[in-house]
Parts: sequence; structure tokens; C-alpha cells
Amino acid sequence: MSESLIVPTMAEMMAEGKQPEILFWVGSAGSFDDRAKKITRAFVKILNKANVNFAVLGTEESCTGDVAKRAGNEFLFQMQALMNIELLNSYEVKKIVTCDPHSFNCLKNEYPNLGGNYEVLHHTQFIKQLLSEGRISFNKETYKGSRITFHDPCYLGRANNEYDAPREILQTTNAAVVEMKRSKSSALCCGAGGAQMFKEPEKGDMDINVLRTQDALETNPNIIVTGCPYCNTMMTDGVKFSHKEEEIKVLDIAEIIANAQE
Amino acid sequence: MSILPNILFAIILFLGIGYFARNVKKLIRNIKLGQDIDRSDNSSARWKNMAMIALGQSKMVKRPIAGFLHILVYLGFVIINIEVLEIIIDGLFGTHRVFSFLGGFYDVLIGSFEVLAFLVLVAVIVFWIRRNVMKIQRFWKPEMEGFPKSDANYILYFEMVLMTLFLVMNAADYHLQFVPGGFSHYHQAGSFPISQFIAPVFNGMDNALVAMIEKGAWWLHIVGILIFLNYLYFSKHLHILLAFPNTYFANLNPLGQFNNLESVTNEVKLMMDPNADPFAAPANPDAVPAKFGASDVQDLNWVQLLNAYTCTECGRCTSSCPANQTGKKLSPRKIIMDTRDRLEEVGKNIDANGGKFVDDGKSLLNDYITTEELWACTTCNACVEECPVNISPLSIIMDMRRYLVMEQSAAPTELNNMMSNIENNGAPWPYNQMDRLNWVNE
Ligand code: SF4
Ligand code: SF4
Repeated sequence: MSESLIVPTMAEMMAEGKQPEILFWVGSAGSFDDRAKKITRAFVKILNKANVNFAVLGTEESCTGDVAKRAGNEFLFQMQALMNIELLNSYEVKKIVTCDPHSFNCLKNEYPNLGGNYEVLHHTQFIKQLLSEGRISFNKETYKGSRITFHDPCYLGRANNEYDAPREILQTTNAAVVEMKRSKSSALCCGAGGAQMFKEPEKGDMDINVLRTQDALETNPNIIVTGCPYCNTMMTDGVKFSHKEEEIKVLDIAEIIANAQE
Repeated sequence: MSILPNILFAIILFLGIGYFARNVKKLIRNIKLGQDIDRSDNSSARWKNMAMIALGQSKMVKRPIAGFLHILVYLGFVIINIEVLEIIIDGLFGTHRVFSFLGGFYDVLIGSFEVLAFLVLVAVIVFWIRRNVMKIQRFWKPEMEGFPKSDANYILYFEMVLMTLFLVMNAADYHLQFVPGGFSHYHQAGSFPISQFIAPVFNGMDNALVAMIEKGAWWLHIVGILIFLNYLYFSKHLHILLAFPNTYFANLNPLGQFNNLESVTNEVKLMMDPNADPFAAPANPDAVPAKFGASDVQDLNWVQLLNAYTCTECGRCTSSCPANQTGKKLSPRKIIMDTRDRLEEVGKNIDANGGKFVDDGKSLLNDYITTEELWACTTCNACVEECPVNISPLSIIMDMRRYLVMEQSAAPTELNNMMSNIENNGAPWPYNQMDRLNWVNE
């Protein structure tokens, strides 16, 4: 998937006196984590194909501070937030799209009170819009005969009540979409939230991602889909733990669409 | 007729309600030990929440069996209060079935009380079986050992006894209503769909004895209700009252939105602003420097303390908690129960020391809640979503984490590394910010 992508930065746009339609907030995982970078590229591929006028902050982007906040470090969070807000406001950003539900939640709900007011969309919400506007199309045969199950990321679902956008996108694929026994508001966490991604879990009988992957495996899927880079890592590890990585893929919604384009 | 029983009744009623009122005052004082938080906005959404969740039980039915049985007991409770009103009037004025002048409507009233009383009895027995025989997992977590477990059973026994007394009283009354030629003041009133089947046990019994049984059941019933009322304060059963304010004052924001500490904002702005005058007088020089986060109940806000008193210990939060399900020490229910226990301890301390809290060398953190529990939380909000009365165990966990990190610098090492990475590189990983766009060409 190493075709070249067109990724303008805000600074370049500014220099040309242009204002993009949306800012794509890549997020730290999307910028540095090897697995998440593929999701980032998949989403940009969609944006490019749909001719979306977007830009990224590039090297000017910094951590939203979300993990610091969930870890309890309100200082660090607010420093990051105020810095980012200053930058975003200087570029007069109005609309932000991100592939990370944690950044999404933080930008959407926690930045306004510190002076950062933007329209913030999760990439599944944005892709849904593009689909309904007919701005993107993909090969509907690609997923015919597959069984897909969707894992709700806590910070998209319970935290922000968005259960439909990812499902509506998946419905368009012609795959059989099967629900896990706990889904939507009762979905089990993947285990990465609240800064758990960055530490060893506390002592227990098993890891949360293993339990959550069991939920997914019970639906006999070929593909486990999620909409969060952290969930992706956790579910991928869970599938490996069950030695199922040969049969079952873990993909992001953006990859589902991007892989079937062209 | 002697008015002695009426005087006795008035005294018992006065004592029962008086003691309850005293405890309610204590309850309010304890809740007010919490920090201020403004929950006066958006009253229409708040009323709606209360109507749906507390009155309408909308979150209870997510677990259909428990939900349905609970609705029976709840309806029984609400409706039986009309009966209690009649009992009080009868007791004070020496009347008998004072509402019976309502005629047909009274029949319907008594009939429906009876049916509900019976259904409550059934529901309560099923509840007892679920707790004690079926051993449903969430009722058998470590935090339920001792009083919390017996508390739940006491309530069930209480309800069984009260409902039985009510039906026995009606059965005796029913029997006497049909004594040929009439007996004493027992006139025909009410309809008895359930107790008519109990009434035959009185056949052949001396009428005076049956009347004594009726009076006895009546007295035990009302005294039982007063004892029950006063037991509430000491029990998880307090939720029958507090569920209403608790749902009214509950958080209305998206669950993922954590509050931004204002005290921190001020300091951060000062740090970041090159023009800020570091020697400028603080707005309020007498203000105690804010403590970041919470280590004890007084650091929590009053809604969190109200939460603690409202908790029904149902364990729905714990049974949906991913950390708990995978065997970690964290149980959101325990977080809430610990908060209440500590708050009660602080309240007793205040009572014992003439209205002032005297440091007892203890705190909610460490003495009740361990850091291991706090760090196991994924902030997934499953507990908040599940709670049938809109309690947020997560908000307490977060405030305590804030204390650990900002006041004690006591985060796990890996998290400290993560945080210093953010400080130095603008990412939780040790990568250079200048490499942020490398993904484009990979
Ligand atoms: S938010 Fe924390 S305490 Fe609540 S269910 Fe999730 S992990 Fe458990
Ligand atoms: S916090 Fe809510 S869900 Fe948890 S035990 Fe208490 S009442 Fe039940």
C-alpha cells in the first residue's frame, strides 16, 4: 500500500493563503505506532479519492493530552491542550476529523471549556457523510461472504453515544455484520483506555483484551472491525493470543473502505 | 372508648418520625461536607432524568428479571403509602378504615393493595432466593461480606413480615365483617382478593380473639413501618428516597467529558503567559491553596457524596467492569461503598467532637481504597452506564488518581515515563516530534 499520498500541511496551506475544509488530526498513535500508521494512510487514501480539501498539522501537531488527563495529570493535559488550542486557533480551524476516539472525545468535549471550539468528527462519522453524499465508492463485491463483527470503542460509544455511524458504513459492504453478545452501550472495553495502553495491567486472572477478543471470536468472524488505534492493537494481540491470526483479520473501518476502493 | 391507644400511637409516630428527621439532618450535613459543584443548570433535562430513571425505572429494566421484580416491589411501596395514610388517620383519631366512605373506589383500592402486597411477597422471596440460593455472582463479591449482605437480607425479611402482617390484618377484618349481626366496629368495606383465602383460618375462633389479632397485626404493621423508615438511614435501602435527588443532580454531559480543573487552568495559564506578573496578588489572598484531586471524602464534591448514600449495592457496575471481570482488585461498587463508609466515619467524628472534624489520621485513600484498585480502571464508563440510579464510580476514581499524580507524584513508573515523553516529545512514546509526518512516505 505504498502508493503516494497527498498530505498538505496547515503551514503550506497558510503560505498559499488557503483554508482547508477540514483539519485531519492524526494523533500520536496515528503518527508513530506502526499499526496505527496504516490506518492513518488508509483514511488519507479515502480523503484523496474523495477530493476532500484537508490538511494536517504535521510536525506542529502535539499530543492532545488525553492520556495524561486519564492518568490523572491534569497539569500536563491542560498544558498540551492550551498549546494545541493556540495553534489551532491561529490557523482558524473550524472542523476537525480524527481516527482516534480518544482525541475525538478530548477535542470535542474537553477543549471547548479551555477556549478551543471546533466541530469535531470521528472518522467513521465523516466517512458516513462522504458515503451518503456519494463522494466515495468502493467495490461491493470485496466483502461478499465475509462475516464482520464490530467492536465499539468506549470513547466513541458509551462516552459519546455514537453507535450507528460505524454500523451504517459496515452495512454498505455486503458482508454479514454480526453483533457480539455485549455491544453498543454494554460493549466490553478493549483494555487500553484510561492510560492502560502504557502500563502493565494490575494483577488478575486474565487480560481484558483476551476476554474481549473471546466475545468477538464467539461470533465466528473473518474480520474484527474497530474504529480506534488502541482497540486495534488490543484486539490484534487478543487474536494472536488465541492463535487465530491466520484466519481472522483486525481492521479499522477506514481500512475496510480503503482496501475496497479502486 | 379509651383514647389511650390514640395517645400511644401519637407518641410512637412522633418518636419514629422525629428520629428519622434527625438522621436526615445528619445526612444532609454529611453530604454538604463535599466541595461545591454547580448542578443548577438545565432543570428541564434534570426533571426528565428523574422522571425516567427514578420514577420510571428506565435503567432497571435493562436486566429484565431483576427489573420486573423490582418494579413490583417499587409499585407496592408507592401504593401502600396511601394505606399508611389511612392507618395514621385511624391511629390518631380512633377511626376504623376511615377511607371506606369512598365505597366502590375503596374496594378497588384495598383490592389492588392486596394484589400488590401478594406480588411483593412473591418478588421478595424470589429476590431472597437469587441472593442466597442461586448465589448470583455480583452479590458474592468481597465487599458484600458482613453487614452489606445481611443488610440486603434484613430488608427482604422486613418486607416479607410487613406484607404478611398486612394480609393477616385484612383477613381478620374480612372475617369479622361477615359475623352475623355484625361485630363491634367492623363494618363491610373493601375487597379482599387475597386475604379472603387466609380468612378461613379464623373460622370457629372466638370473635374477640380475631379482633385482637386484627388489632395486633395493625399495630405491628405500623410500628414495623416506622422501624423500617428509621432503618433506612443505616442501610443501602436509603436509595428509595435518594434515587430521586441523585438522578436529578446527575451529570448531564457526555460520559467521556471529564471536568477540567479550574485551579489547574489558572496555574497553567500563569506558567504559559510570558507577561504574567508572578508577584501579582492572588484574587483571594485568604483562599487555602487548592488541593488537586481527592484523598478523602471532603475533597470530593457533594454530588459524589450523595452518590455514595444513594448506592443500592446492586453490583451492576461491578459486574460490567472489565477490570473486575478479569480478576483485578477494582470493584466500582466497592469504591462507592468505601466512600460512604468513610463519610459515615467522618460524620461520627464530627458528632463526637462537638461539630468539628478532628484529624483521625485516616483517609479514603489507602485506608479504604488502595492505589492498586485505582490504577486498574480503564475509564471505560461501563459502570456509569450500568448504574440504575446514575452514580459515577469513575468520577471518584479519577479524582483520586489526580491526587496521586499531582499531589504525590505517585503514578506507576511506566505512566511517569509516558508523561515525560509527552512533556518532551509531544507524544506518549519516545519519538521525535519532527518525525510526526513520516507515515506519509512509508
Ligand atoms: S470505568 Fe473503571 S471502574 Fe468503571 S467499569 Fe470501567 S474500568 Fe471499571
Ligand atoms: S454504584 Fe450503582 S450500579 Fe454500582 S452498586 Fe451502586 S447502585 Fe449499583
